[in-house]
This record gives sequence, C-alpha cells and structure tokens, in this order.
Amino acid sequence: MADQTTTQPNASEIRSRMMRGGPGRPGKIEKARDPSRALIRLIPYLKPYTLILVIVFTFIMGSTVLGLIGPYLMGQAIDKFIAVKKISGLATIAIWMLVVFVLGNFCDAASGWMMASVSQKALKGVRHDLFGHLQTLSLKFFDTNTAGELMSRLTNDIDAINQAVSQNVVSLVASVLSMAGILLAMFLMNIWLTLAALAVVPLMLWFTNFVAKYTRKGFRELQKHLGEMTSVTEEAISGQRVIKAFRRNDSVIEAFRKSNQDVYKAGVYANSYALLLMPLTNQLGNLFVITIAGLGGWLALKGLVTIGTIAAFISYGRSFVNPLRQLSNIFNAIQGALAGAERVFEVIDTSPEVDDAPEAAPLDRVHGQVIFKNVQFSYTPEKPIIKNMTLEAKPGEIVALVGPTGAGKTTLVNLLTRFYEIDAGQIRIDGKDIRQIKKDDLRHQLGLVLQDTFLFSASVMDNIRYGRLEASDQEVIDAAKMADADLFIRKLPHSYQTMLSERGSNLSQGQRQMLSIARAILADPSILILDEATSSVDTRTEIRIQNALLRLMKGRTSFVIAHRLSTIQDADLLLVIKEGEIVEKGTHQQLLNQHGFYHHLYLSQFKGEQI
Amino acid sequence: MKQVTKLFRFLKPYWKKSVISLVLLTAVVVMDLAIPRLVQRVIDQGVNAQNMQVVVNTFFIMLGISVLDTIFAIGNNNFSVQVGEGVARDMREAIFLKIQSFSFGNLDRLQTGQLMVRLSNDSGVVQRLFQITLRIGTRAPLLMIGSIILMFNTAPQLAVIMLPLLIITSAIIAVFSTKLGPLFLTMQQKLDKLNTVLQENIAGVRVVKAFVRARHEAARFEEANEDFTERNVRVTQLMSTLSPILNFALNIGVVIVIWSGGLQSIRMGNLSTGQIIAFVNYLQTTVVPLLNLVNLANIWAAAIASATRVNEVLDAETEVRDAPDAIVLPNFCRLQIKFENVCFHYNGSTDESVLHGISLTVEPGQKVAILGATGSGKSTLINLIPRFYDASEGRILVDGVDIRKVSQDSLLAQIGIVPQETVLFSGTVRDNIRYGRPDATDEEVVAGAKAAQAHDFILELPDGYETHVEERGTNLSGGQKQRIAIARALLTNPSILILDDSTSSVDVETETKIQSALDTLMKGRTSFIVAQRISTVLKADKIVVIDKGQIAAEGTHRELLQSSPIYQEIFASQLGNGINGS
Repeated sequence: MADQTTTQPNASEIRSRMMRGGPGRPGKIEKARDPSRALIRLIPYLKPYTLILVIVFTFIMGSTVLGLIGPYLMGQAIDKFIAVKKISGLATIAIWMLVVFVLGNFCDAASGWMMASVSQKALKGVRHDLFGHLQTLSLKFFDTNTAGELMSRLTNDIDAINQAVSQNVVSLVASVLSMAGILLAMFLMNIWLTLAALAVVPLMLWFTNFVAKYTRKGFRELQKHLGEMTSVTEEAISGQRVIKAFRRNDSVIEAFRKSNQDVYKAGVYANSYALLLMPLTNQLGNLFVITIAGLGGWLALKGLVTIGTIAAFISYGRSFVNPLRQLSNIFNAIQGALAGAERVFEVIDTSPEVDDAPEAAPLDRVHGQVIFKNVQFSYTPEKPIIKNMTLEAKPGEIVALVGPTGAGKTTLVNLLTRFYEIDAGQIRIDGKDIRQIKKDDLRHQLGLVLQDTFLFSASVMDNIRYGRLEASDQEVIDAAKMADADLFIRKLPHSYQTMLSERGSNLSQGQRQMLSIARAILADPSILILDEATSSVDTRTEIRIQNALLRLMKGRTSFVIAHRLSTIQDADLLLVIKEGEIVEKGTHQQLLNQHGFYHHLYLSQFKGEQI
Repeated sequence: MKQVTKLFRFLKPYWKKSVISLVLLTAVVVMDLAIPRLVQRVIDQGVNAQNMQVVVNTFFIMLGISVLDTIFAIGNNNFSVQVGEGVARDMREAIFLKIQSFSFGNLDRLQTGQLMVRLSNDSGVVQRLFQITLRIGTRAPLLMIGSIILMFNTAPQLAVIMLPLLIITSAIIAVFSTKLGPLFLTMQQKLDKLNTVLQENIAGVRVVKAFVRARHEAARFEEANEDFTERNVRVTQLMSTLSPILNFALNIGVVIVIWSGGLQSIRMGNLSTGQIIAFVNYLQTTVVPLLNLVNLANIWAAAIASATRVNEVLDAETEVRDAPDAIVLPNFCRLQIKFENVCFHYNGSTDESVLHGISLTVEPGQKVAILGATGSGKSTLINLIPRFYDASEGRILVDGVDIRKVSQDSLLAQIGIVPQETVLFSGTVRDNIRYGRPDATDEEVVAGAKAAQAHDFILELPDGYETHVEERGTNLSGGQKQRIAIARALLTNPSILILDDSTSSVDVETETKIQSALDTLMKGRTSFIVAQRISTVLKADKIVVIDKGQIAAEGTHRELLQSSPIYQEIFASQLGNGINGS
C-alpha cells in the first residue's frame, strides 16, 4: 500500500509555513484577476524542462497506478490463498506485491527528485528575470513604490509561486489520478460498498467548506489585529528613546497589551477553526473504515463480498480520503500563487527606462561643460517644479545651488543624471544633448555624493571599490586617504576588511559620508554632484570633509547643493533658486552686494556674529 | 535545544490546559487504535463465524467510539490552540516589556527591525512548535507505541519479525532528521543573502544607477540566486525521497505479513484473516507518525534559531536600573549638576573610552553649550545626565546626590529633551504636543505651540491641531516636526533642558524660527545645548569644547576666542572668509 496515510500536514506544508515565518498566513486567499493569463506566462519558465516534466508525470502516473495495485494484490492474497488455505502461489503473489511496491516507491521518489530540481530551476529563472527587469526600471518606479512594500511583494509572491510549482501541482495531479483510480478499482470490486463509502464524500465537502468559511473570516480578523499590533510595536520600538525621555512607558505598554490581547483572541478563533480540519478529516477517515467494515461485514455474511475486498477497501479508503481533504488546500494555494505571479509579471511588464540613443557612439571623457536651456520639469503635471531654467557651468567650475527646502535643487540633480526626463528644454554636456547619449555613458561621467549615503553590507574595501570595480587595493586605500577616511578605517576592528552591517549602521554619519566620497574619488568622474554632502555632520568634521571634497572637485565641473552658506562661498558661481526659478546668480561677493535674497539668507545664518 | 527548553517557562501558566489537551489526545489515540481491533472482530467473530449480531453490534460500537473520538479531538484542538496562542501572547508581552525597560546601551546593540522580527516572527515560530508538539509531537509517539503494543497483542509471532524493520526505519528517520536540520539552516541563510541583495538594490537604486553598476549587481544576484537554488534543490530532493523510503519500509512489512502470516495461518491455523488485516492496519499507524516526527525535527531546528533570538532579548540585562532605595526628587526644583571625573566606554571597559576625566559644574539656570567634532563625545555627555547611560567611572551629582541613587523616573520628570532626530507618534498634532503631559489643557497646548513658533503653521495645516501626523511624520517638514518637538518639551515645564542640535537638516529661515523658539524654551532653565554652529552658542553662559572625549576648553565666547586655539579654529571655519572673527 503505497498510500500516504498522513492525516497531519505533510512535510512540505510544514516547511513552507516555516519558511514564511509569520503567523497567520494560511487562510488568506487571494485570487488572480486573470488566472489563465498568469498561468500562461509561467509556462515559458518550465518549457526547457518539457522532457523531464513528461518523465515526471509518467512516474507520477506509475506510482499512482502501482499504489492501487498493491492493496488489490493483498486482497487477492487473503481471499484466494489465506482464507481458503491454499499454500502454493502465495509466495508468487507476495513476490508480485514486492515488485509492485518497489516500482511504485521508486516512481514516487524519482518524480519527487526530478520535480525538485525542475521547479527550483524554473523559479530561479523567474527571480532572474524579475531582478534583471527591476534594474532597468526608472527611478519613478522606485519613488512611487516604497522599498518595504516592494520587498515583501517580491519575496512573498515568489515564495507562493514556489510552493505551487514545486508541490501543489504535483499533488494535484497525484491526488486526482489516485482518486480516479481508486474510484474505478472500488467500482470494479463492489458497487454497493463503493456507493456506501462515497457517502462520506459530501460530508467531507460540507465540513471543508464549513471550516474554510470560518477560517477565512478568522484570519481576515487576525490579519487586521496583527497589522494594528505591528504598528503599535514598531512605533514603540523606534520611538523608545523619546518614550523613555517623556516617561510614557506605561501608556505605551497599555496600548500594546490591548492590541496583543486582540491578536490573542483573533488567533484563538482563527486557529481553532483552521486546525479543526485535520482532526475532523481524521475522524471522517475512521468513519469511512467503520462504514466499510459494518456494511462489508453484513454483505459478506450475505455472501456478496469477500473478506479480501473489505481489506482492500479499507486500504483504499485511507488513500481516498486524504487527497479529498487536500484538494481545497491545493486549489487555494494555486490561486494564491497565480495572484502572486500576476503581481510579479506586473513588475516585469512595467516598461523600462528608455534609452533614447541606443545607437549613440560611446562617449569619451567629457570636458564638463554643462548647459541647461529653458528646462521645465514636474513630477506631477499640476505641480511644476522647475520652470524654465537656464544655466551654464564651464569645465572645472564649481556651481553652488542655494535656496529654501523644496525649491527644486535636488530635482536638478535628478534631471542631469536622467533619473527623470525633462518635460521641455534641453540639457547639454559638452554641447551634446544628454538624450543623445547612452544613459550608462552619461552616468559614467557623473559622480554623486548624496546626503543619504548608501552603503552596502560588504567590507569597507568593497564599498569604496564600488566606484571602480577593477581598482587595486592600493588605489582604494589612496582614495580613502584623499577622502580623509584612511585614519578612521584603520581604527575599525578589521580595518579595510570590516564588514558594514545593515547599510553601514555601525558607522557614524560623518564616517559614512567620507566613505562615499572615497567611492566617488575612485570613480574619477568629470562632473561631480554634491547634494547636501556635509549637512549631517558637525563643523569640524565638515572641514575635513570639505577639504576632501575640494581635492575631489579639483579639475571637475561640480554642482554643490548646500544649506550652509559657509561651505559654498568659494564657488565660481552661486545660483539662488526659489520656487523652481533662478532668482539671483553671481559670486558670493557679488550676491552680497546685491542685498537681495541671498544677502537675507546670509545674514539670518550669521546673525549675532557682528560683535 | 536548551534555548527552547528555556522558553518552556511560558507554558507554566497553561499547564492545566496542556495536561487536559494531552489527556484528550491520548484518548483520541486509544480510540483510533481500537478501531482496527473492532474491524478484526467484525471479520473473525462476525463474518467468519457467520454471526450477524456481532457485525451489527460492533458497527454501532465503532460508531459510538467515532462520535466520542470526534468530541475529544475537537477538545484537544481547542485546548492546544489556547495554549499556543496564550504562550505567544505572553512571550510577545515579555519581549515588549523587556524592550521598554531597555536603556540606550541595550538599544544601541539591537536595531528596530531586528527587534520587530523577534517580537512577531520568532515568537510565532516558538508558538508553532509548542502547538504542534501538543498535537502531532505527542500523537505520533503515542500512536507508535500503542500500535506496537497492539501488534504484539494481535499476533506476537508476526510482531517479532517486524521489530528489525521498525529499528531500521527509526534509524533512517534519525539520519534524515539530523541531516535536514543544518541543511534547513543554511538554506535560510542563503535566502537571507538573496533578499539582502534584492533589498539593497531597491533601497540603493540611486547609487546603483549613478555608478552604472547594474551588471555588477546582476552578477551578485545571480550568484546568490544560484547558491540558494542549489541548496534548495538539495533539501527538496532529500525531503521528497523520505516519504517513499518510509512507505517502502511499510510495504515490506505488509509483504512479510501476507507471506509469513499467510503461511502461519494456513499451516498452523493460529492466525485469522481478521488478525492479518488488523495487523496491517497497525503497521500503517506505526510507520506513518514517523514521517511527522521528521517534520517536527525541522520545526525544532527553526525554533532553536528563533528561541535563541528571543532569549537574547529576554536575557539581556537592562543596564540602567533604579537602586532599591532610590531617592525620589521633588517636583520642579532648581538643580545644580556636577560631573566628577566621569569616564565612559560604550561596551564595558573593552572599548576605547568615549569620554574621560570630565569634570564640570553647572549652576541652576545656567545655559551651557557643548561644542565639538563628530565622535568627540558631545552627545554621549548629555545622554549621561538623564541616565540614558551610566558613567563607567566617576559620578554625576544633582544637588550633591549621585544620580545613580535617584529614581530615574523622578530624574526624567525634571528634564525636557529635544532630541537630535525628531520622533513624532501617530496621532494628532495636539496629541504629539501633549505627549509629555497628557493632562495638559488645549489652552496650554496652544500656548506651548506659540512659544515654539509652531502655532502659525499648525493653523495652516488641513485640520489645524487635529491634523493627523502620518507615520514618522512624513506629512510635516523637518523644521515643522522640530518645532512640534520643542513645544512638546516646553509643555513638560522642565527645570533642566537638553537640546541635541539638529537644525542642520532645515534651511536657514526655518532655523532662525527654531532658534528663537529655543531661546524662549531655555529661559530660566538649566540648559545643555549640543551645538555645531557658533551662532547657537554665542549667548551661552558657558561654552564647553569637547575634543577626543575630554574637555579642551571651557568659558564664555569672549574668553575662548582669546584663549582656545580649537575654538578659534571652529569659529574661523564657520564664518569662512565672510566676516572674519570681527
């Protein structure tokens, strides 16, 4: 009997729950808007494995059929030999049973073995495509979808597809096949016993439906309360220091207790129903056996069935009840997977950043003349950010952008890098419209040092080397020295090999900034953009960074955005930007003499110093 | 293993429910096991003995048992769910309370994200372990032992033959379980790595694009993808062979029963067909639970990792705790604050000291500015005053009393803090201003907001004071958030004020407004201002320049301008070439 009498969740079910980690995910059933389309999209990933898949399904069929023959042979052995006390031939039938079992289990193992590799490789393909496509997407996509949301969507959805492809499809096929086979075998052996046994089916369906209805309701409720608890705890943990300073621990604990209790109640409700399915179907399995034994016994006495048939029926019974129970789970899982696939393909179908100049000739190192001509831009049509801006930076010049928050300074950076495309006008580098340059070529010319320094979870060495991958260790160290970072790096536990944790959170803001400057130094760009590069560090560190930046800016066209006016007084050109327009321009001294907006800003910053 | 057993204490309040659940489970198992026996009775004493009465009676007995069984199973289910959910709730609460008790030193070591994972996911994994153990974990061995006993009882001569088979099967299971545990762990690690690359490419998309590193990142992802897939294939393959192997063992058992049992039955007549059928049934119930035990082993493997993380939080010593006989400071008193030779290291004495030999006296109502480079120890210095950290050496006195002898709550009641990074909470603007003093009247809130230069912009918000502050205050600008934070500190009417300068992220005009709000706030209070800009510190009664963890200079602006080279340097750097130290 090659049946798997597992009335408990099978290995894969448990594993999948384990891998997902979070409580309360089952029972949340999503439906794809267009399941067949999502399915069709998945097929190409399996196509290279067509032959293997054919073999796998042959094996599944083999294992199912052989699994049905086993109990039949056992029934025969009892009826034809043991019950009538016939010894010759018993050995033969026993050997046949053995053969059937060996083959059946071999087929089972082989199909599982092969399917594991096929499904994981197909999934690898999906992940590959997804990641590859993600990289081609424009910044707008990333700005409109939050990182956390994207992350959870991508990981959970792929996981759902994984479950479906690697397990559910196979169990669906196996379940349907073995149910059909059992039904046929039972009908052939005894029609009355079969009909009686089938009486369990509607009961089972009713139970499953009943339980599923409450489970779904329960989990929806649980999900809601879990969400509430998550926001309470997240706020409490990230705001811990302030909570402590203002002595509000008690009220925070109170709020947590309340939502924790809600989760408990919802959890008891949801899980009481969800976990009920298992014991109930177990009982239905028993009921099946009882019916067959009772009715079978009665029929046997009337001479209508043999004992062997009863034995075989009991065996079949168990393997019939199980797939029946699993079917609804499998359907839900596949539905969820298709919904996940739909979202994954939604990302893959998002049109990539266009390169207007695919045939453009590769760009040599530019001199660094940058011209904005009547540039207009808005993120949303109703709210213009840059209104008709014209400016010129000569090669090697330092251009400083000054102005209140939200004036559009950072937007200019986004436009020059072509993270966003301008609505009207022209941006030219060395006289060439940047839309006529390949994006990669363009960005190779640009060096960015941003306020929000982003470091990778890799060694310090690798993080600096990010600027130029082929740089030697010595070059990295030289760059670090130029950025004034060498000294503190050497004080780190493992010097240049120190691993940075979660985006460099084990370094101070100033240190991270120095690393990102070293990174830019190594990249050796012709045009440099510094967006608030020194704003979150104190003045003495700022001087060091400032000096590092001056070394970096030498011989490059540089755009400097800064709040602190002291840092940009040496700029060749100061542009004062207000509401998307240049309102004043000139050198520091010229602008001071104008007694305009810049003068006002300058005074407010240094007020009190005229001692 | 030890990590998990340590968490068993959470089961304690539920021991009654656990016992009931286990008793019900045992009853279920016994009844499950009785059924094959009764089927045997139908065949042997009913069918073979041509006795209809036995068939009918036994059928109804079985039906009755089945009904009882169902009731017990439902009972077991409900009790085990209550235990599992209860344990999870208590564990979450314990973790949360622990986190709330943490001082800053503890928080430095654990990040928000990590703590969240421990609170929700890890406690969930442990919960699942407890719940499943109460259901499957106990059921499987019970079922196995019961089946073996009943196999001996049904046909001892056959059962003896089965023993070696059972031993081999158990050995296979043991090998699988020990092998799969570590495999699962590495697979999890590979998955984490894959997700890290993905995460970094989403969060760091600007950097990746700016440096044109798409190809490099794709290679990194591919490597992680390959690694994970390979490991995943191995685990899945191993898992997929387990059940055929177990089934095969079971099948061999069946063949032996049919053949050897059949021979015995025919030759000696000491074995009935009913017995053979019952025996085959028991064989099934012996082997199948083994499969579940393997799964349980995996749940254990995951639970060990989670339990370790949970214990890390629960076992962490809260660094700053009240002394048993802590003194409660009276409300609003004017306090003198004195640092006496204070040293501080972040991680015990192993780390380099951040502060050393700090001695400083601040009289009531004095305004002290603290100036210094990043990492010089300014923020650390002010964090010692509310006892967010304890000094490693030396002491800090309030009116001559060591702050370690004062209750932290009463100390904090004296202190108002405007932190470097403004944290607002979900709720209305009004709630946020009132945060430090929930019983403040609306008039007081408005007065506070006015003093903090926040009233005007609050009125311009869509719902004024009732405007809802979004998560992390994203619907407010940095300067607006900061002014709300100042109003919040103002409302607590503290006698000591600590301002960790953070005006750097706002533009100049906003800063001017914040500055004048701060001036209002500081009036008449002992104030500590961590500052980066000279303009902020000019009016201070005392400027303390910190350099490399030591006080490098101390005095008024004029004094320092004369005597301190470091101060002169800072001064010059800030004013640039503009108005050179006039």
